Amino acid sequence: MSTLLETSGLTAFYGDFQALYGVDTTLAEGETVAVIGANGAGKSTLMRSIAGSVRQAPEMIRLNGTPIGHLSADRVNGVGVTLVPEGRRLFPSLTVEENLLIGGWRSARSGPWTLEEVYRLFPVLKDRRGNPAMALSGGQQQMVAIGRALMSNPKVLLCDEISLGLAPVVIRDIYAAVPSILERGASLIIVEQNIEQALGIADRVYCLMEGRITLEGRPGEIDRAAMHDAYFGVQA
Amino acid sequence: MIWVDTVVQGILLGGLYALFAAGLSLVFGIMRVVNLAHGDLIVMAAYLILVLVTALNLSPLIALLLAAPLMFAVGWLLQQLVLNRTVGEDVLPPLLVTFGLSVVIQNALLEGFNADSRRIGAGSLEIASFSVGPITIGVMPALTFATAILVTLALQLIFYRTALGRAFRATSDDPDTASLMGIRPGNIFAVATGLGMVVATIAALYLGMRANFDPTIGPARLIYAFEAVIIGGMGSLWGTLIGGIVIGVAQTVGAAIDPEWQILSGHLAFLVILLVRPRGLFPAGGR
Amino acid sequence: MRYRVQTGQGGSWIVALAALVIVVVFAALPFFGSRSLMQDLFFVFTMLTLAQFWNLLAGYGGLVSVGQQMFVGAGAYGVFAAAILWGINPVAGLAVSAVAALVLALVSAVFVFRLNDAYFAIGTWVVAEVARLSFAQWKAVGGGTGTSLPREARRNMWGADWVEQVTGLRAAAAMDVVSYWLALALVVATIGGIYWLMRRKTGLALAAMRDNPQAAASAGLNAGRIKLAVYVISAVGAGIAGGLIFMQNGRVSPDSAFSVIDWTAYVIFIVVIGGIGTIEGPIIGVIVFFLLQSLLADLGSWYLMVLGLLGILIMLFAPRGLWGLISGRTGFALFPIQRRLFIEERED
Repeated sequence: MSTLLETSGLTAFYGDFQALYGVDTTLAEGETVAVIGANGAGKSTLMRSIAGSVRQAPEMIRLNGTPIGHLSADRVNGVGVTLVPEGRRLFPSLTVEENLLIGGWRSARSGPWTLEEVYRLFPVLKDRRGNPAMALSGGQQQMVAIGRALMSNPKVLLCDEISLGLAPVVIRDIYAAVPSILERGASLIIVEQNIEQALGIADRVYCLMEGRITLEGRPGEIDRAAMHDAYFGVQA
Repeated sequence: MIWVDTVVQGILLGGLYALFAAGLSLVFGIMRVVNLAHGDLIVMAAYLILVLVTALNLSPLIALLLAAPLMFAVGWLLQQLVLNRTVGEDVLPPLLVTFGLSVVIQNALLEGFNADSRRIGAGSLEIASFSVGPITIGVMPALTFATAILVTLALQLIFYRTALGRAFRATSDDPDTASLMGIRPGNIFAVATGLGMVVATIAALYLGMRANFDPTIGPARLIYAFEAVIIGGMGSLWGTLIGGIVIGVAQTVGAAIDPEWQILSGHLAFLVILLVRPRGLFPAGGR
Repeated sequence: MRYRVQTGQGGSWIVALAALVIVVVFAALPFFGSRSLMQDLFFVFTMLTLAQFWNLLAGYGGLVSVGQQMFVGAGAYGVFAAAILWGINPVAGLAVSAVAALVLALVSAVFVFRLNDAYFAIGTWVVAEVARLSFAQWKAVGGGTGTSLPREARRNMWGADWVEQVTGLRAAAAMDVVSYWLALALVVATIGGIYWLMRRKTGLALAAMRDNPQAAASAGLNAGRIKLAVYVISAVGAGIAGGLIFMQNGRVSPDSAFSVIDWTAYVIFIVVIGGIGTIEGPIIGVIVFFLLQSLLADLGSWYLMVLGLLGILIMLFAPRGLWGLISGRTGFALFPIQRRLFIEERED
């Protein structure tokens, strides 16, 4: 498998506060990678850096070997990396269908995902296409957020905490869409606080603590005690 | 009967104020900022049309068709080169920069055209009129009003029926997330300001054909436009049209009582509405 | 952990001494300076007063007003109406100016405080227009064309006789001296007052409200009341300045007294060019403004264009103004109002 996306020595600052300390990650074509870690570990910062919301030095992030760290968010979207932001961030003034259509704003990159395909993936959205996006349930809103991102036909789909605040049965429905997304050629980076969920779906897992990668491996091969330490810190 | 006539003339005058306000309302709806140079840009557009009409001997309508894309470019460049640098949490920079711009435009026009009053000649249209029952209606005021309705309708369609309108609304909701979806907020703002300037140019045509204008009348047009936007409810396009009508009617009624009271009564109507309905007659969200 | 909070900085007393010397020299100027120099300084002092109050409003209070001309106009008409209608001495008439501005501030606040940010700005402009149009209807003080201060009112101006006797100046010049001293007193009181206000809790509250309105509100600050206070104080200040300017001028008209260019646009440019949100900024700004005016006033509208462009460029590329460029490099402040936290010892 060839490397699709990589971060190397990625650092990030908010004013004087350093959120990431040299994070190295890779994502191969067709792979699903999970990033787990406690609150404030830097997971969202990592996602926002890759998506271009936090500007970086060019070489810190590469897509197919091309530096993209310096690109603005709209350009990163244009080269095929799209973020499903934490908290969904739907557009309240837009209907469900309009939210999806906004995802396809850059029509230059065509691909498998169209309005019809998104509705096939999440049929419930088709019935509610004319409703204001915020009138939907949390789970349905999350589907809109994922569908909106898919409409840009991304090579890399970044999912930030897509199960947060949802009931287990709803989470299952949403994660059931992952195989279809992979089938149509996207690779995934999923940020999760829910470790079981992450281990269940990912090919590989990174554990992030206080802005550093503390553990990396395949779900089956990771020692649970080591993961506990990597997640919460080694007890002194 | 004279009162009916006064009110009808006021409604028609309101069409002109609605045209002044439509561009302001559009830009406010998207960017949440007010361009204090809006009135001066309208006056600038009026001079542009005047130059095209007199220098190239064009009809005012053809001149408008030429001036509109030029003013779009002015608005687009202004937003890209200047105003996008001021977008942010702090309200001071956009206000102070556009206030500076207002002073610069006014004085540039004074330098270029001196302080004399001008008018865009519209030939026989200027005095043409028709009668509806006992009321005589000027063709020019009627055209102005019809244009105001058409402009509002067009903006409404763009806003709610096109991909551009979707991008306008999405960027207005949340520019950061819009950029994650591949939208460049700065470009959207530039298109919005350009579109606002196209509307301002249409307003300028009627401003110049209906009455005399000179380089210093911009701020007063900004104030009328602002009053119309607030009365209508911020960001509501149809509300802005109604707001323009309220100002127009208040002015003609005031003038009917005492000609010196025309402008003052328009302002007073605004203050009264601000007192009883601070969020305007049609606050956004209730559309 | 022990700490102390300090607002001053080393060398403050040198600045204070220098300020005292400057004020004394200015106060003594009528005894050796020329009349035209005094007239220039009168203009500088009154513009600086207006600039300080606008800066208090916008720079510290976050209330961008484009309607300060309303209070200048109200103050001007206060002096004239008091003299013409009630025969009040113009110097005492300045109290009428203050009251007129106070009343207009309280009434207009009912309207403009319903509007936020940019809408507040245009709202203040609207009420100023309403005031201009209304004063133009007041026939007893000249209506739309305006009026002059009666000769006897100017003659009897408090202090003018004394100045005539002491300096041997002619009556007209003596009146200029009285106006000059009043302007000097006003600007010193203004700067001193604002400095005092900003070093008190008020300054901290205003800073907190600008930086984070929610946090300030949750800390128990009543933002509305503080902003109203700033609005009213700035109005009264502008009103007294307006009364003084037109008392010295001797003529008033609605268009000159309520001029948005003279009493707000110039003032905004002074503050922006000098540095908004500092006491030093308007001082630098008024000096630059006066120099530009001396150099370019003959160019008419070019002068305003240059001023406008300069304001725009500064706002875009050096939003803290000329003083910001100076203090940013050196960390120096003539009027230290920043609080510095010194941690003296740390227990780990």
